Amino acid sequence: MTMHQKEHRVILKHADEPGYTPDIECYLKHGGYANLKKAFAMKPEEVCKEVELSGIRGRGGAGFPAGMKWKFLDRKSGKPIYLICNADESEPGTFKDRQIIHKDPHQLVEGMMISAYAIQAKLAFIYIREEMPYGAKLLQKAIEEARAKNFLGDNILGSGYSCELIVHRGAAAYICGEETGLIESIEGKRAYPRIKPPYFPAALGLYQCPTIVNNVETLCHVVHVVENGGEAYSKLGTPGNSGTRIWSLSGHVQNPGYYEIECGKATYGDLIYDIGGGLRPGRKLQALIPGGSSSKVIRGGERFQGKLRDGTPFDWGVEDIPLDFDSPMAVGSMSGSGAVVVIDDSVDIVEVLANINAFYAHESCGQCTPCREGSLWMKKITTRMCKGDARPGDADLLASIGDQIAGRTICAHGEACAWPTQSFIAKFKDKFLEKAQRNGERMGDIPLI
Amino acid sequence: MNLKPETITEIESLIPKYPQKRSAMLPILHAVQKDQGYISKEAMEWVAEKTETRPIDVYGVVSFYPFFREHPIGKHYIRLCRTLSCALSGSYNLLEAIKREFGCDLNKTSDDGLFTLEFAECLASCGSGPVMMIDDDLYERLTEEKIKQIAADYRARAAQSKA
Repeated sequence: MTMHQKEHRVILKHADEPGYTPDIECYLKHGGYANLKKAFAMKPEEVCKEVELSGIRGRGGAGFPAGMKWKFLDRKSGKPIYLICNADESEPGTFKDRQIIHKDPHQLVEGMMISAYAIQAKLAFIYIREEMPYGAKLLQKAIEEARAKNFLGDNILGSGYSCELIVHRGAAAYICGEETGLIESIEGKRAYPRIKPPYFPAALGLYQCPTIVNNVETLCHVVHVVENGGEAYSKLGTPGNSGTRIWSLSGHVQNPGYYEIECGKATYGDLIYDIGGGLRPGRKLQALIPGGSSSKVIRGGERFQGKLRDGTPFDWGVEDIPLDFDSPMAVGSMSGSGAVVVIDDSVDIVEVLANINAFYAHESCGQCTPCREGSLWMKKITTRMCKGDARPGDADLLASIGDQIAGRTICAHGEACAWPTQSFIAKFKDKFLEKAQRNGERMGDIPLI
Repeated sequence: MNLKPETITEIESLIPKYPQKRSAMLPILHAVQKDQGYISKEAMEWVAEKTETRPIDVYGVVSFYPFFREHPIGKHYIRLCRTLSCALSGSYNLLEAIKREFGCDLNKTSDDGLFTLEFAECLASCGSGPVMMIDDDLYERLTEEKIKQIAADYRARAAQSKA
């Protein structure tokens, strides 16, 4: 995919250059592993400090500052420390880590080994979803190549520090993207998320040892933080929303794809209409999912007024919302995994929710009753509504089920499955009521369930 | 259960990579399923021994993860993504074409044993939908025409390997 002029590529700088290959020779030719050498000439705590200064926030979903996460590590216990890369990319709409893994796997390996050194990890893992078999092979090959050059393994670059990197494949369960579920999965168990407290990975993670779990994109940023220095790096983007971010754009746009943009330097309108080429001719924006299918939906034409955290007032249409971490939160949703799904007026919004609900019902791990039963009921009701049996009370019933899940489960899958239903009913109640009046009528161009 | 010698070698080399034997559970199950096509009760008992767990622990894992299966399927495993972005680009409309061209119903195996068809949840290729996987290969921007071609290619290869 060629780069759009509004993009600012750091992570994907070389990914789509003609002739750029995923092998180590190509990576070295482009300056690869120079930052690993630079980091190993520093003290581990100095590297941690730079990451903290950079302000980079987690690119996986929660947006938690990586440097702070690292600071929470329990170093007093004396137990070994583990580093895990979360490459379970599974949130519907998200396909950014796929680009990094397939086109520039050594960048991830370098980012991981710098991070492993910084936190003094004893062993590191890349947990990659089963559905990326070539990605797993490429990473395995990258690891062999890096080991041959002594960039990982024993006594890395003569530093006295040793660390192995293991590629660990999942087996098609979305819940493994939840960090404690992922840890259980590496322990060879069902991926049942653990309750927090006490099981914060930084204290009681893998094998009950202090563990850091970071997203693929986050770990790649570490390479560039070392290259530029944390403070200089934090100047990219906007305060509190530093760096670039890769947005996965899909759905009803002319040019779906992945676009790396400086945080806060463009809006959702820029992404959809300018970079993404806009909607199909004659179509209107019906709904926007701003950060993966679990993020709360925004209705086309909505306006948002309020104050940002620093007190600055805002008055935004959907298109004016800045592409960063804080702004989607300010309008009651989230940037999540950076997956933007555009939905035009050609489809039935009830079917959109039915499609999303089928996903979360399939992926609930089954541990907590509200999520296991609730996600299934939300799926059953929305599917029934789409099969010609929608009832006037369905909207309220759905909302009440959603309300009984969020906040009542061990992990965030409860919120992830409840937020779509809660927000679709809040924003599109008229459409859900209309559905009951027009039972059996096809209300969209194509089926979504 | 007769695992190929190379599968056993692979499994033996996997276990010492991990700090705890049980952590090799998923990679061992991947290797067993690749070798056998599925994971039998006998295989679960064997994996339990290797990972120093009980057979019920292995069964718990096999039954939890959608990719692991307890019964054999067709020679090629087709997964059509049905999740939001692919659905918005028409994946449900392609289901009939896939059923017809590969000769199998959803969640069924074709009569010739060549294909098993299932829906997949989000394959993380949402910008190039609709997508499907056949075994390890990803097929993007599917159309009826493409599906016809892909099915024909698989059938031709199957006929060739028979001859």
